[in-house]
Amino acid sequence: MTRTLMEGSSAITEAAIAAGCRFFAGYPMTPFTELLESFARRLPESGGVCINAESELEAVGMAWGAAATGARAATGSTGQGLALMQESLSELTRAELPLVIFHMARGQSDYTQATRGGGHGDYHHVVLAPIDVHEAVEHTQLAFHLADRWRNPVHLYGDFLLAHTSEAVSIEAAEFEPLPEKDWAVDGTLGGSGRSRNVNPIGMTKGAKGIEPESFWKRLQAKHDQIAREEVRFEAEFTEDAELLVVAFGSLARFARYAVRELRRAGVRVGYWRPITLWPFPTEALAEVAEGVERVAVLEQNAGQMIDDVRLSVLGRSPVVPIGEISSDEAGFGIGPIFDLEDVRRRIQEVCT
Amino acid sequence: MSDRPVLPELPTLPTDAPPSEPARQLGHFRPRLLLHEDHDLCPGCGEPLAIRTLLEVIDEMGEAENTIGVVGIGCYTAFTSTMDVDLVQALHGRAPSVATGAKRMRPETIVFTLQGDGDMVNEGLQEVLHTAARGESVTCVMLNNGVFGETGGHMTATTVLGQRTKNSLEGRDAGYHGYPILIADLLAPLGGTAYAARGSVHDAPAVGRTKNMLRRALETQRRGDGFSFVEILTMCPTGWFVPTAEGPGYLNSVLGAVHATGELRNAERLVTTAELLQAAKDDAGRREEPLS
Repeated sequence: MTRTLMEGSSAITEAAIAAGCRFFAGYPMTPFTELLESFARRLPESGGVCINAESELEAVGMAWGAAATGARAATGSTGQGLALMQESLSELTRAELPLVIFHMARGQSDYTQATRGGGHGDYHHVVLAPIDVHEAVEHTQLAFHLADRWRNPVHLYGDFLLAHTSEAVSIEAAEFEPLPEKDWAVDGTLGGSGRSRNVNPIGMTKGAKGIEPESFWKRLQAKHDQIAREEVRFEAEFTEDAELLVVAFGSLARFARYAVRELRRAGVRVGYWRPITLWPFPTEALAEVAEGVERVAVLEQNAGQMIDDVRLSVLGRSPVVPIGEISSDEAGFGIGPIFDLEDVRRRIQEVCT
Repeated sequence: MSDRPVLPELPTLPTDAPPSEPARQLGHFRPRLLLHEDHDLCPGCGEPLAIRTLLEVIDEMGEAENTIGVVGIGCYTAFTSTMDVDLVQALHGRAPSVATGAKRMRPETIVFTLQGDGDMVNEGLQEVLHTAARGESVTCVMLNNGVFGETGGHMTATTVLGQRTKNSLEGRDAGYHGYPILIADLLAPLGGTAYAARGSVHDAPAVGRTKNMLRRALETQRRGDGFSFVEILTMCPTGWFVPTAEGPGYLNSVLGAVHATGELRNAERLVTTAELLQAAKDDAGRREEPLS
């Protein structure tokens, strides 16, 4: 297996192409810019299309149209750009369109945006948060698969570190279970047949008089309930006999995992637990490990966002304490001083009983 | 406050007197690409007429089994349940981008958008301008009645000066509300635009001319010449607060006096709305001259 040294942005692009991504549209914004650059360079070479959209509004609209034809399509931005896309992101979820969204955030301050969003109505996106470039390659391919499997948008939550860290990776098309045919996708062929398609967010059927959105939206709710049961992913280490459990996600979890391993070697009874899917949050899994610990410490680079999900999972089984904080570089791009092993170790040790 | 232009006197038709002869059905005229004749739009609405004309053109061109429509949000959206072509429902204003994505992935198909003036010129002006500038091989069709019909008659970016709406009760005032946008004049000169025209459905000859415009626009797309655009003036008596029977007259004399009909761009030929208005004035003048 050949491994190539690649920056995260390039590796994600190659993984997307290996997964069959044929369409990408985006608008430059740090730290998403390099991803757009590499898609703009690589997609046309591989028979796809990458459009430099005039704004994030156009980018998500174009990806919507591409996805509606059945093509594997993606877009993305950083938190600010995704805020602009919210109306489309919620509406196209209701239109059951498979779309991959590369959420290259400025640090971890977009946890709530990624998992709750700011769109309208009842909707959920699957959110995968890779810890490193290797996992980003795996998750990119998984994201396209899950989007098609559930006909639902899937986020890949990355940050400046993921976009710019170079790692030796191997990119090969991953094997997944077979997917149903996209008979709902528009190809223009069914006009005049009486069975023409209508990709829409209210469950409208051709020929029907009036609309009945309630039953359609209830069916969507049932689908999201099923995703929440079936697509939970997490990683745990040293949780069996841990007195302190450290919970972290994404890039910062890589520092937490290393620090916990070190502390374990020094005899400290500390455990590590990471949600891989931020939505669905692995609530039951966390509740189980929280049962036996004296304290749950939440390390995140923001004012306290994931801690809400942690508290909703732990439900008073043990005290939940924040050990993260807002931590930014001067440019505001999200590589603050918290990304430091010494600092992370100190934060964990301070809450050790 | 600037001076408000005076609207022309409208012809009044008696609506309380019984018709001179009982109504009778002349025949069925449902286009093949319309699943049934029922719709929920108001009496006197011009949108069904515009939509059936579009569907007829698609069918007559032999493109029924090769067409994707992207529909915006307005009264016309109700037709997504009966238009028998593959459709994607877009958000308000966003249809041109959705059409772009669809066309890029299915370049062999005919892709059109169906939008209103509020959808395209208010909410989505940037979308359609960039789509035209990129020269996307799609056809944008805009139904222009100068109001937000679906919300009950509110001012849009194409509402003409003096026109009364629910949020310009004394008529659109240039000093207070600003001026209408002549969208076709913005799109026609762009490098990516190959065809732009403004039609109307206020009477049968106008429908015929509009049908030709739609055909030329879709042929432009089929040849891959660039972006094409057809604006269609449609009646909205409910949103204008005029009797149903006065809709066509109001459309032609009030909206049509500003948004003049004709072709604005056909390949290299470029005409402005101001020139179309002047030509119509000259033509009327010539007709009034006594024969020598």
